[in-house]
Amino acid sequence: MGDDPSSSSQMSEDDDDRSPPLDPSSSNKARNCSSGSGCDYIIPYPDQVLENVLENVLCFLTARQDRNAASLVCKSWYRAEALTRSGLFIGNCYAVSPRRATARFTRVRAVSIKGKPRFADFNLMPPNWGAHFRPWVSAMAKAYPWLEKVYLKRMSVTDDDLALLAESFPGFKELLLVCCDGFGTSGLAVVASKCRQLKVLDLIESEVLDDDVDWICCFPESLTCLESLIFDCVECHINFEALERLVMRSPLLKKLRLNRHVSIGQLHRLMVRAPQLTHLGTGSFSTLEGNPQGDQELDYVSAFAACKSLVCLSGFREILPDQLPAIYPVCANLTNLNFSYANITAEQLIPVIRHCHKLQIFWVLDSVCDEGLKAVAATCKELRELRVFPVNAREDTEGPVSEVGLQAISEGCRKLQSILYFCQRMTNAAVIAMSKNCPDLVVFRLCIMGRHRPDHATGESMDEGFGAIVMNCKKLTRLAVSGLLTDQAFSYIGQFGKLVRTLSVAFAGDSDMGLKYLLEGCPKLQKLEIRDSPFGDSALRSGLHHYYNMRFLWMSSCLLTREGCQDVAQALPRLVVEVMKSDEEEETGEYVDILYLYRSLEGQRDDIPKFVDIL
Amino acid sequence: MEGSVSYESHDEQLNFKATELRLGLPGSGIEESAASPPPSTKKRASPEQDSADNEECRSSTTDDETPDLTSRPSKTQVVGWPPIRSYRKNAMQAYVKVSVDGAPYLRKIDIKVYKSYPELLKALEEMFKLTIGSYSEREGYNGSEFAPTYQDKDGDWMLVGDVPWSMFSSSCKRLRIMKGSEARGLACL
Repeated sequence: MGDDPSSSSQMSEDDDDRSPPLDPSSSNKARNCSSGSGCDYIIPYPDQVLENVLENVLCFLTARQDRNAASLVCKSWYRAEALTRSGLFIGNCYAVSPRRATARFTRVRAVSIKGKPRFADFNLMPPNWGAHFRPWVSAMAKAYPWLEKVYLKRMSVTDDDLALLAESFPGFKELLLVCCDGFGTSGLAVVASKCRQLKVLDLIESEVLDDDVDWICCFPESLTCLESLIFDCVECHINFEALERLVMRSPLLKKLRLNRHVSIGQLHRLMVRAPQLTHLGTGSFSTLEGNPQGDQELDYVSAFAACKSLVCLSGFREILPDQLPAIYPVCANLTNLNFSYANITAEQLIPVIRHCHKLQIFWVLDSVCDEGLKAVAATCKELRELRVFPVNAREDTEGPVSEVGLQAISEGCRKLQSILYFCQRMTNAAVIAMSKNCPDLVVFRLCIMGRHRPDHATGESMDEGFGAIVMNCKKLTRLAVSGLLTDQAFSYIGQFGKLVRTLSVAFAGDSDMGLKYLLEGCPKLQKLEIRDSPFGDSALRSGLHHYYNMRFLWMSSCLLTREGCQDVAQALPRLVVEVMKSDEEEETGEYVDILYLYRSLEGQRDDIPKFVDIL
Repeated sequence: MEGSVSYESHDEQLNFKATELRLGLPGSGIEESAASPPPSTKKRASPEQDSADNEECRSSTTDDETPDLTSRPSKTQVVGWPPIRSYRKNAMQAYVKVSVDGAPYLRKIDIKVYKSYPELLKALEEMFKLTIGSYSEREGYNGSEFAPTYQDKDGDWMLVGDVPWSMFSSSCKRLRIMKGSEARGLACL
């Protein structure tokens, strides 16, 4: 999330608080003219003029990189920028304290905070590591009474935090919780009932505890402002009748993503009530127990046909493939289709996908096989983003998708910008082909699930494939590597990956040189996560010149010793160097389990759990 | 399968095992004790360990062990690999209860792990130490006193094997391995 671009309300607010006008008689910063003629004309302090001009101009700066640059020009610009920044982005909740952030930026309307490192998603870290929302919401409750929007990613949020949020911000409009945990339906109930201006409640891949509270009932009884209600990740049953009534009194609702406890029959009822939807998550897309025959006979095709604005479709959690033709009427308009929970075959996909000419974002399971991907390549010429997830997340020799699917996609979808591809086998040739066919690639994440697996056709390492990606894809900023990789692959990345900001490495490399190539070669590297790779203390030291420029470095199950990590901590005082055990019970071995280091203005945090040591 | 005991003749061993008095869950045998130690915290229980109900017993390598990075590791499950969020992993799993007539406890298996009927039936045979026999459309499961049945989404009990695998795996809610005269009755249908 960048800065909030909604400028109209903020302009009027700022007008009231503007510095005194340029009336010489009222300005208290005026000073006498010091020209030789001895006149008594008083001109305003020149910096005051500048600040006023700046404040008016800076309102239009939304990109935080631009704002950061502006704030560094001089003190005057720093102050003006701080006063006019309405969207605050905290990329690492421990890099700066809530007190410091709220003291500098006093007129914030929208806040984004990111917490845990991404590898925590894969159970690589014990729970309760930190990233608590509490200190932030407490500080903001006092500092930002006009707060409208909160976006949290990988934060621990409690029901009490949500209650404090709901009570503290009367104009609160948007809550987005992505990959968060620690709260339950009770917290949602408070938000629903107290945030009367709520437009957006988006719960995305978050873990929500079932407190047996009917939160859907808690929305105001009158017409609501709701524009977006996303709760597909909520695993609890919901009160469907209450949901239906809520949809009926939410005329502005555009985005609705249901959870898997909503049957296809119930979906039909909602669609009929809300044909204006642009984004729809279909829930189970199946008859659930207790709703057998009746559901099958409803006219789903008409319900979909009535949704003329639908551009984004997801859900299909327990899909009845026979019902898939119901979505044909909307396919031609779809820009975003998420089948990543739909275990469908190529045969079931093809009749759908061949209508989807405008599709830009497509998420799918590998159950569609290479054949399904070929069909995507044949039709979806506008595709920008593809994600192929595995049905069976195991290491097998055979899998349903392979280099064949990747090659087909590269040939058919020339505008591809972002790909995430899980497979069991791959060849350099297909990866090289993609590097040449898809020059616009910004994100390339290939996960060959078999660890250390070589090129399937040649038996060689995958160095050349990834080398081609960094060489040919000049816009690449995010890369995830896999398969059998030697230090050579990292040499390529260091040499050619000049724009790479995020890099993910697992089970790769031969020696310290691999990591050295990266740290010495990639000037834009911000986020580096490495697991199970043979990089040691010497490699770690080679990044000393760069760690202050990074958001974080994660290294787990590598060859780092505590002493090596300590050296880094001593050399760089503004770096927080956390060393962790991945399993609380186990004894510490020769090597450090997990190293997680990040720059911070605050030094050691005060909420570390038992399994974390800060060096 | 790690530590599995191979039976010379299923039928012989079958009766013996069936009447054996043991303290243990149905299907528990030598291979269960070789399972990896329980995870220390709930959240760290990787789905790979949860699926220890599978025929293959996998030991999870802990991150504390210095990885032997020069030699290529054998096929063991590793925590957090492949990198799929647990939310997605859980969504893709389909654990169903499995009961066997005469057994005091139920078991649970993830049917999404299997790709075909033979795989599933073999896993059930190994888990419960019984023979199910082979399926024929006309006669059901001949040559054994067991017949696998399942309850589908509509609540009806069906014979395993009649519909295509993908239809079965997405509609199966529960498995029951019937035994004896009831099972034999199905063969006459």
